[in-house]
Amino acid sequence: MDRDDGARRRFLQRLIVAFGAPVLAACERLSASESFARVLASGETLSREVARLVGRRAMAQEFGPEDISPSFRSNGTAEPDTDAYRALSAGGFQAYSLSVGGLVESPRSFTLNALRALPSRTQITRHDCVEGWSAIAKWKGARLASLLDAVKPRPEARYVVFRCADPMEENGTAFYYESIDLDDARHEQTILAYELNDGPLPVANGAPIRLRVERQLGYKHAKYVMRIDLVESFAGIEGGKGGYWEDRGYQWFAGI
Amino acid sequence: MDAATMSGEGSRGYRRHAFAVRIAHWVNVLALAILLMSGLNIFDAYPELHWGRSSYNGREAVLSIRAEEGPADTVRGVTRVFGRAFDTTGWLGVAHGARGELEARAFPAWITLPDDRWLAMARSWHFFFAWILLFNGAFYLAYSLVSRHLARDLWPDGRDWRSIGASIVDHLRLRHPTGEAARRYNVLQKLAYLAIILVVLPLMIATGLGMSPWVNAMWPGWVDAFGGRQAARTLHFACAWLIVAFAAVHVFEVIVSGFWNNLRSMITGRYRVPDARHGS
Repeated sequence: MDRDDGARRRFLQRLIVAFGAPVLAACERLSASESFARVLASGETLSREVARLVGRRAMAQEFGPEDISPSFRSNGTAEPDTDAYRALSAGGFQAYSLSVGGLVESPRSFTLNALRALPSRTQITRHDCVEGWSAIAKWKGARLASLLDAVKPRPEARYVVFRCADPMEENGTAFYYESIDLDDARHEQTILAYELNDGPLPVANGAPIRLRVERQLGYKHAKYVMRIDLVESFAGIEGGKGGYWEDRGYQWFAGI
Repeated sequence: MDAATMSGEGSRGYRRHAFAVRIAHWVNVLALAILLMSGLNIFDAYPELHWGRSSYNGREAVLSIRAEEGPADTVRGVTRVFGRAFDTTGWLGVAHGARGELEARAFPAWITLPDDRWLAMARSWHFFFAWILLFNGAFYLAYSLVSRHLARDLWPDGRDWRSIGASIVDHLRLRHPTGEAARRYNVLQKLAYLAIILVVLPLMIATGLGMSPWVNAMWPGWVDAFGGRQAARTLHFACAWLIVAFAAVHVFEVIVSGFWNNLRSMITGRYRVPDARHGS
């Protein structure tokens, strides 16, 4: 009995040493591995499918004026560092035009006034950053669904890609971009916002136009939107993952 | 019983933990360890906790762990709890990174996953193992209800409630049941397990989902029940440390009440009942 116990004891000791210490090192190696990243990404796929299944038409929570945060934090780019943007901004965005193309029947451009003429929606919503903070603000903008109706997406179009004016690299490259699917694009609360808290959208928050896609995290809400393309897939677009941060490992479905 | 008979222990050895319970236990250990460590990495992206719906409501953070400039170009780790500042340089705020040097980070590298500050990868780990925890918990609860493990082994009966005072004294004196009494969980053990299984872990999952903007859209009452999204984040953090505290006490009790016997019973199932004559 004693010998038996001793053997078991040694076995368990070895078990703990064998699995305990190297587990952490293994986790770090796994983090760097492409194939394991795909395993972990299956968690995201599951979240996305469940979300689509049970909450396709769910409306994001809206708040009262008393909930509005004293100031709305600017995160990421605070002012796009390009001559083209500075010129637009200096001219009060009078020269701004949003071009909408890709897989659509009638591609066209919208001036700021044309966007303001589209059916609009005003909403007080909570902005949740992937970092963890939240801020509540009032947004007004053109419904993306109305804009899509105007350009008539072709049947094969599956995603809406937003191209932005802000370069993410100091040398003026890697312009921000994002994408959402047509469910989110046609959602009632998905707007191209031109007003924040009853004033014109400030440069720090994405002037003249930023996307609001209220059921997802902040990085989906592309600022400084200059062009919209309807596409069938992300293949061939930048890193191929559907967004600037997605190309850098963040989840495309940002509902979690 | 075979193993016990073979090792000459007769009826004093028995199968303490069912296979399903053992599997669920170790899956939980793995999932909770990864969730804690990846969670602390996620926390570091915004190392502040607030109460309410937004983080910018004019009120001070409940907790913040930040690196701040000190005198003469030094950087100090400052932890603020309800506005009171503590210098935690070397531990929190300014802590040891993956390569051992001090750097600005909420928690030291040895307790975060990945070891470097890497929000995207930490989120991937976190949400994958959150599903594992959820499935494992559902499997365990279903098994425990159907097999009556919950009712038979975990739910305190009248005798348990009457023994609660004696059990507290026994725990404080590190005195452990022997003989027949060692075959069942004591009342404090039952209450601790039930609190974790039925309260803290479900609260952990519920406050976690409460931070999801999509879940907020589906059921706005969910996040409001916790006092808003930032409050849910604060509760999620607090629950994580409750689980750590439980694990610390649990491992301590496992060690002092017969480490190898307890550990073996959770691996092979076999538990040797401590001899009554060694007891008091």
